Amino acid sequence: MSVLVNKNSKIIVQGFTGSEGTFHASQMIEYGSNVVGGVTPGKGGQTHLDKPVFNTVKEAVEAVGADTTIIFVPPAFAADAIMEAADAGIKVIITITEGIPVKDMMVAKPYAKSKGATLIGPNCPGVITPEEAKVGIMPGFVFKKGNVGIVSKSGTLTYEAADQVVKAGLGITTAIGIGGDPIIGTSTKEAVQLLMNDPETEAIVMIGEIGGNYEAEAARWVKENGNKKPVVGFIAGQTAPPGRRMGHAGAIIGGADDTAEAKMKIMAENGIHVVKSPADIGETIKKALA
Amino acid sequence: MNIHEYQAKEILKGYGVTIQEGIVADTPGAALEAAKELNKQTGTSWYVVKAQIHAGGRGKGKINETGSNGVVLAKSLEEVAPKSEAILGGTLVTHQTGPEGKKVSKVLIAQDVYYPGDSEPKEYYLSILLDRAKGCNVIMASTEGGMDIETVAEETPEKIVKEWIDPAIGLQGFQARKVAFALGLEGEAFKGMVKFIYALYNAYLGTDASQFEINPVLKTSDNKILAVDAKVNLDDNALYRHKNLAELRDISEEDPLEVEAGESGLNYVKLDGNVGCMVNGAGLAMATMDIIKLSGGEPANFLDVGGGANAQTVEAGFRIILKDPNVKAILINIFGGIVRCDRVANGVVEAYKNIGEINVPIIVRLQGTNAEEGAKIIDESGLKVVSAVVLKDAAQKVKEVLA
Repeated sequence: MSVLVNKNSKIIVQGFTGSEGTFHASQMIEYGSNVVGGVTPGKGGQTHLDKPVFNTVKEAVEAVGADTTIIFVPPAFAADAIMEAADAGIKVIITITEGIPVKDMMVAKPYAKSKGATLIGPNCPGVITPEEAKVGIMPGFVFKKGNVGIVSKSGTLTYEAADQVVKAGLGITTAIGIGGDPIIGTSTKEAVQLLMNDPETEAIVMIGEIGGNYEAEAARWVKENGNKKPVVGFIAGQTAPPGRRMGHAGAIIGGADDTAEAKMKIMAENGIHVVKSPADIGETIKKALA
Repeated sequence: MNIHEYQAKEILKGYGVTIQEGIVADTPGAALEAAKELNKQTGTSWYVVKAQIHAGGRGKGKINETGSNGVVLAKSLEEVAPKSEAILGGTLVTHQTGPEGKKVSKVLIAQDVYYPGDSEPKEYYLSILLDRAKGCNVIMASTEGGMDIETVAEETPEKIVKEWIDPAIGLQGFQARKVAFALGLEGEAFKGMVKFIYALYNAYLGTDASQFEINPVLKTSDNKILAVDAKVNLDDNALYRHKNLAELRDISEEDPLEVEAGESGLNYVKLDGNVGCMVNGAGLAMATMDIIKLSGGEPANFLDVGGGANAQTVEAGFRIILKDPNVKAILINIFGGIVRCDRVANGVVEAYKNIGEINVPIIVRLQGTNAEEGAKIIDESGLKVVSAVVLKDAAQKVKEVLA
């Protein structure tokens, strides 16, 4: 088992023929992901990377039975792309695009939910189930198959965590990059819930950062749910000053609850194995599973 | 993006939000002319001189050079120029600027709105901002105008009312009424507040703002509702569709190194520490700062060089970091995914040679694709650069060079 994406996922790429879409789609295909086509309005009927191009997501769903999409559409059009996918009945919508206006996401997120779709991102590295499907921009070779689930707001820090997990002799069920924007489709809690309910996942690495309340919410749920599987947590930005945006649009300390310190305290109180140093993720997960 | 009070008020006025009128000036002479004009327009005979900087607490803040407060009252036209002179060109230190303060290059000459009349003037607090947990905007209001909202939230949270706005249907009339009633208003002032809230919400949506804070909103002695101050943050990601607003950016309010970094496409935030860092990815960059602290140093900056770390970006990053005299060491932390570590290593060597003499130790940690080859290139370069592959090892090496 795994969550969100697997070898049976029928994946389309929105923004397929653009440079980002082309590069990452070919990497995904090379990894073995089941890419069944792509969407670029106005280029329907063409073939790109040996896959059919469609004008609309609806056509892709009808013609090739797409159920999963990855979006590389530029920020100005990305919210529209999310809603198009949801409207066409796509069940898992993974949005890589960084820089989507908050006002647009405020509408797109509830819309996707109302159509029964799971939205991941935006501003995220995507989702990978090792040896089955890479639906994202992460370096696939870092992620070896195993029994640890990863949830993270950050891209390279996810790779770092996966690398440490693998070097500790373990592997990954599914790694979910939930994204670093203020409004994201799937919260830390929702992603942790998915992994907690996945029978193959035996432990979870949860990586957060300053800003928002997602990690605290997730930690409280983990405890309420009876701490069924060990969770190792890290919050990036312990040294970040208040009021400054640290790269990610959502990584900003607005109030006392937004700090890494506050989040790590709540996480520890709820039975999460909190690591202060990002270098300790691998060892800690190994100990937690021993 | 932050903008000045005078810019914010102009935007609000355009959306029909009633404001304390004012005219901006950059010299004492212009301030006097502004006051005269304001007298003609509004009949005011007292004038408020307000320093324009991107920070709160101006009223209590002090100008280093003259001891003047950042917001002062001139009770005659004669007082306007000298009181403006005591602020213009000075360095204003408030609880939000840090001890180094901010240079004031403009003052807003504003009408006096606290004139006596049939009722007492009363200050309120009103803001609109994104509620991240709920994924929608929220209106926050309080009878405790003029106070820091964090303090109100801590001491008397019952005095804050919140009204969440469904993004699909927008602000409804009953919601605006609810807020105005909760503030204890009636009659003309009540009607004025409902209108004010509506106009403010429209301005918020129309500008793609991420925060509006009007503190205080004033009910005047003749029951008008006015924005006396206005703090406006705009969503950077939406500026592409508001060219006119993007032009309001005041680069002089920003750290010059941050501006320079931005021009090179680097995401850089200047900090006070002694160990510079250069990282690919925002999350890993923050985590690297944390590692520096745990190794006994203090991070001198946040720097995300983005996905395509190459010789050019690395060189630009080096140059920015080295301009900070506090930097005693630099940690480069790259997780090579799509970017191959050997190429990054070559970039580092090339950038190092281009810059010439670098007098601080550099630790390069390369992990991911071709990490070992990368480390070998660094080690064999003959440069004063230490390589590391594992993050723990990099932390240890930072400790060693600081010792």
